[in-house]
Amino acid sequence: MRLGLVWVMVFSISLSLHTQTRAILQAENVSVQYGSVPAIQDINLDIPKNRVTAFIGPSGSGKSTLLRCFNRMNDTIPGARLLGRLTFEGVDLYGRNVDPVQVRRRIGMVFQRPNPLPKSVYENIAFGARINGYPGDMDELVERILRRAALWDEVKDKLWQSGLSLSGGQQQRLCIARILAIEPKVILLDEPCSALDPVSTLRIEDLLIELKQQYTIVIVTHNMQQAMRVSDWTAFFNAEVDAHDHRKNRLVEFAPTKVLFSTPKERATQDYISGRFG
Amino acid sequence: MTTIQESLGSSPEVNLERKKSSSKNLFGILMTGLTAVFTLFILVPLFALVFDVARQGLPRLGLQSFTQLPPPPGLTEGCFGNAIVGTLIVLAVAAAFAVPIGVLAAIYLNEFGKGSKIAYWVRFGANVLTGVPAIIAGLFAYTVVVLAMGRFSAFSGGVALAVVMLPIVMRTTEEGLLIVPQEVRQGSLAVGATKFQTISRIVVPAALPTIATAVTLGLARAAGEAAPLLFTALNNNFWSTDLFRPIATLPVLIYFFSIIPYRAQQEIAWAAALVLLGLVLIVSVIARVVTAKRRF
Ligand SMILES: Nc1ncnc2c1ncn2[C@@H]1O[C@H](COP(=O)(O)OP(=O)(O)O)[C@@H](O)[C@H]1O
Ligand SMILES: [Mg+2]
Repeated sequence: MRLGLVWVMVFSISLSLHTQTRAILQAENVSVQYGSVPAIQDINLDIPKNRVTAFIGPSGSGKSTLLRCFNRMNDTIPGARLLGRLTFEGVDLYGRNVDPVQVRRRIGMVFQRPNPLPKSVYENIAFGARINGYPGDMDELVERILRRAALWDEVKDKLWQSGLSLSGGQQQRLCIARILAIEPKVILLDEPCSALDPVSTLRIEDLLIELKQQYTIVIVTHNMQQAMRVSDWTAFFNAEVDAHDHRKNRLVEFAPTKVLFSTPKERATQDYISGRFG
Repeated sequence: MTTIQESLGSSPEVNLERKKSSSKNLFGILMTGLTAVFTLFILVPLFALVFDVARQGLPRLGLQSFTQLPPPPGLTEGCFGNAIVGTLIVLAVAAAFAVPIGVLAAIYLNEFGKGSKIAYWVRFGANVLTGVPAIIAGLFAYTVVVLAMGRFSAFSGGVALAVVMLPIVMRTTEEGLLIVPQEVRQGSLAVGATKFQTISRIVVPAALPTIATAVTLGLARAAGEAAPLLFTALNNNFWSTDLFRPIATLPVLIYFFSIIPYRAQQEIAWAAALVLLGLVLIVSVIARVVTAKRRF
């Protein structure tokens, strides 16, 4: 009797541990080509749920390309072709009946250059909620979301000004906020701080750390300190040239961030994180 | 061999003053002068034209211009109220055709058919249409509308002017859509908007100032055309708002009155020219003011 209870406890604890680090997004043998030029090849990767995963690696190593696969933004690029399988909560993202719009409602994206909609600050938040049929009080939602994105105090007097009138850092936080307004499960960020000053960058990092309780976050970054500060897991991508002089982009290593930066398994990772190349 | 340092002079102090006599500066002054002169060359004919039309047209212009009918040959009392109304009606008909077709075609070309064969040929067609003489547009409306309906009408005049307006509306609208950054579309798609929602709620509203310009440019161009109206809307010496009867318009009135040898009629033609010029000017200024609101 007592033994049985212990077993149940052990079982449920291991189950909860298991579910905590369960993969929410999975890539199996994913390759992408633009026209006939391969951009990424044979990527296998599990993105853990409710964690921050960072993609690092040199320019052109395919980080953005893989990121765009997860919310089907590659669909909007003419000539992009995908091989392999991507799943979200076990569901094939590229299944026959899957609507990319439904995918993007659950997996939001923030881009490298802040791209607020050419509308008021208020409308930037309300737009996504409205088209997704948000039934509640819009004023309340806009305030709640802007507070959540730590932007309310700065913009509460500018709600009816154009989103483009904000500073670069505020614009980027507005872009994160408008994603929060559609209550996604996953937030993808493609080098969100590369156009921003250090103070704005720290603000966004704080925001991401705060948001990871509730969301799964995948962030592409060039900044290794940033990867160390915000992420739990890190994937290192590299652009390599094979014996036949063909460029090949590869996922070199994927590990908990602390492990990857302290004891990288691969030579290429070691070289990259210590700033040595070639 | 002199280094750049030496050519700057041997003086030990830093000298940053402009050197008046250097050949570079002289060339600059010369070029600035030349461009100013040529700018004047452009302005001179414009002002001369406006001045001349105003000088000849003003004496006859007054409130009665907008209320009176044109006098028959030999009589002097009257003006061109019916032609102003007629021009507005014909332009309204033209806009009713050209604006929806032109704007929708531009949306198709820029948002859906990018790089496709159809887009290529539509754009090619629009370019050809821009170069087609307006009188051919009139001939087209004559064969398609006038002959089919068996009479001259305001409606057929509107169709002729629509053909003149269409390529302008389409190409200008396309430019307006083109300057909406691609990132804005992506931002909208990334919050789960469909393509249709992205276009109708984000892209088109953002391009609205340019679309307004497109419409006014088209209207301004069409307003001044007499040739396509000669054998479509024809003319009318009386008040008419009937779409399916001949109607008086300012350009046609100017054309007829300026070639008949009566002083009163010629004065009226000048006054009508002034009103037409004012109309086009007002429309263009409105377009300017609307587009001055930058959005990006
Ligand atoms: N829209 C595109 N069209 C064609 N090639 C592209 C496009 N986007 C990226 N690529 C190519 O795919 C490769 C990977 O690019 P990308 O995913 O942007 O890398 P990263 O984000 O790591 O800098 C590069 O060789 C790049 O030139
Ligand atoms: Mg990138």
